[in-house]
Amino acid sequence: MADAGNPPGQQPPLPIWRRLLGAPLRPVVTAWQVSITARIVLSTLILGAVVLSLTAWLMLSQISAGLVADKRDASLAQAEAEFSQVQEELDASASTGDEGAEQVVDQLVQNLASRGDSPLEHVVVLVGPLGDDDFSDGVRRESVDVGVDSLPTDLRDRVRVGSGTWWTYTTIDFVDEQDDRADGAGIAVGTRVQTPGGEAEYALYYLYPFAEQQRTLGLVARVVLLSGLLLMVLVAGVAWLVTRQVVTPVRLARRIAERLAAGRLEERMQVRGRDDIARLGQSFNQMAGNLQRQIRQLEDLSRMQRRFVSDVSHELRTPLTTVRMAAEVLHDARSSFDSATGRSAELLRRELDRFESLLTDLLEISRFDALAAHLELAQVDLGELADRVVEAQRPVAAAAGITVVVRVLPVPGTGSVSAEADPRRVERVVRNLVANAIAHSRSERVEVLVGADDHAAAVAVRDYGTGLRAGETTLVFNRFWRADPARARSGGGTGLGLAIALEDAQLHGGWLQAWGEPGLGSQFRLTLPRRAGNDLSRSPIPLVPTDLALVRSHRATAGTAPAAP
Amino acid sequence: MHTDLIEADHTQSSGASGGMHRGRVLVVDDDPSLAEMLTIVLRQEGFEPLVCSTGDQAMAAFRQHRPDIVLLDVMLPGLDGIDVCKQLRAESGVPIVMLTARGDTIDVVVGLESGADDYMVKPFKPKELVARIRARLRRFEEPSPEQITIRDVTIDVAGHSVRRDGTEVTLTPLEFDLLLCLARKPWQVFTREVLLEQVWGYRHAADTRLVNVHVQRLRSKIEHDPENPETVVTVRGVGYKAGTD
Repeated sequence: MADAGNPPGQQPPLPIWRRLLGAPLRPVVTAWQVSITARIVLSTLILGAVVLSLTAWLMLSQISAGLVADKRDASLAQAEAEFSQVQEELDASASTGDEGAEQVVDQLVQNLASRGDSPLEHVVVLVGPLGDDDFSDGVRRESVDVGVDSLPTDLRDRVRVGSGTWWTYTTIDFVDEQDDRADGAGIAVGTRVQTPGGEAEYALYYLYPFAEQQRTLGLVARVVLLSGLLLMVLVAGVAWLVTRQVVTPVRLARRIAERLAAGRLEERMQVRGRDDIARLGQSFNQMAGNLQRQIRQLEDLSRMQRRFVSDVSHELRTPLTTVRMAAEVLHDARSSFDSATGRSAELLRRELDRFESLLTDLLEISRFDALAAHLELAQVDLGELADRVVEAQRPVAAAAGITVVVRVLPVPGTGSVSAEADPRRVERVVRNLVANAIAHSRSERVEVLVGADDHAAAVAVRDYGTGLRAGETTLVFNRFWRADPARARSGGGTGLGLAIALEDAQLHGGWLQAWGEPGLGSQFRLTLPRRAGNDLSRSPIPLVPTDLALVRSHRATAGTAPAAP
Repeated sequence: MHTDLIEADHTQSSGASGGMHRGRVLVVDDDPSLAEMLTIVLRQEGFEPLVCSTGDQAMAAFRQHRPDIVLLDVMLPGLDGIDVCKQLRAESGVPIVMLTARGDTIDVVVGLESGADDYMVKPFKPKELVARIRARLRRFEEPSPEQITIRDVTIDVAGHSVRRDGTEVTLTPLEFDLLLCLARKPWQVFTREVLLEQVWGYRHAADTRLVNVHVQRLRSKIEHDPENPETVVTVRGVGYKAGTD
């Protein structure tokens, strides 16, 4: 594997170019990421630039090829004509005059050169007389001084050896550069001419510079470049305009969507016209309308449910109060009844207590279900709260022979374990956990741990009872869940305590979790954010008790087999 | 006028606690069974109960019988408990205990703000109800006349009257007790729990919202600016204390 060497979770280092370009490119990158307009305009520009350069290159190369071909054809035709004329003139001069060959040749070059127009059309070079030796080219006579390299060796060889007209592209190198004789590409045409009588042979070259063509090409290139630039600006402008037309409604839609999300359900988009944007607006409004209707329905449902709970509560509680008072009166007078009636009075009162707590819990749970539960926040010192709860439970614990110990773990910083929470609810949760621990404990010890860090505060209740089997740590929070359905309902709880406790914890944005192992007991941990509304990421108390290893080793040394539940 | 009422209540109740009947209790409840049951229990405990089944008749019954304490159901046909409570408060400082089927904060706070001294959430145990009634009828009995001043508020303990800048201020007996409790020990900060015990007579921690609401009511009567209290000061995170100069 390629990245096997990377430790998991570690990001590969940035490529060096990104690190180098990171700083100056950051605004551009940000604009690219944030703005659709910027992205579209930029990508249109890049694409346009590529296409335009391709077009320009194609155009220019075609034009220059055409220009060169025309010039070549014209030059060759002209050179052919000239050459035959020169040969004729030479032949004629042989029949008329008797001047020396040298003179004839000089005269010829002069003549030829004088035919050249201004600006310079061509350069005449006469080399010769050609010897038999390959290297003796003889004297060069030129209408305009050009460098030796202007006549490629290849061409010279061919002219010297072969008959006929030869040509090649070349670079003309003027010795004396002027405005109309700048160095540049050109075409060299050459042939052999014979002096009268055929006593000597000369190589005659015509050099045609492409200056004119280059000027034309330059002009065309400038025009192409300029129009390309203008086109780019136009393309960018069009892209920006089009994007704006699309993006503006999208931004509008975003703003409306944000307002909808913030709970202003009446917000709608303005629909103008019948285009795609208008259709988007229509669909959006339809969606918002449906959402609003659904939410209203849910709200109505919730309100009805709340109303129902409240009504049931009132309707049930008033007769229950009467029954309760009657039961108390009967209970107080039970000594004057016969034993069966007296016992009945006792049972009546005891079961009324259970009925009442069940009713209270049911109403509380349905209040959660109807989303009618609200927090009343205050600064709650969890240490004090735990002490208070344990103090209140002391008689029950003492009756079961159990000592409940509160241990406040050292808190870094402030020292107090306080959290912004609803004291009534938190107390209810802790009371429930402690009561459960006492009910299920099999040793004489129940521990309440209180701890906090900067972000979270927690209360954990540890018992050394039967513990929980695998999977039961989530089941315990189910309504009316019982560890063993066959077991007698000795605890007398309603079966809703932990479900309500979980709802209470979640209402705070907190956690309520359970750990347990058969025979090793269990631990329930409540974790609350220290500031209401903050998210929890970790709890200051571990869910699995720290004394576990100790308990296990103790069991091992004691030589007892792990207790099977 | 109002002071007369307070004093009348005071003498009546102190007389009641000493005499054969332990106080007249007006029960305003529309549920006949509960009303009858309350009558039975209250009579057993030595009170003298009077029953009235609608809110509309409550005021007339109150004026006619001058009870020492009123038990008032919140949900009543016609004029509801909150309205009856306000009307009673406008006329008298008689202790009022609300009976409510809802323990929700809103209901409780609305009830207390309308002037009730205490509230009981149904279903309640009769013994608890009786304890609360007794606590409300119990008065601070001070043998020696005493005059306490905190800032510009003067409390005449024996006369059960309070003056601010020489102007008579009308307080319910409960508010008077609350103020007196704070004013007697101006150096001490009282937690809500302590106040519940000393003023309301609860031994076990009850609802501290009682204290909050009644401190607000007291402030609205004796403070120049109830938003920035100077006489009854909040000690953040602890409780309340009497303001010192």
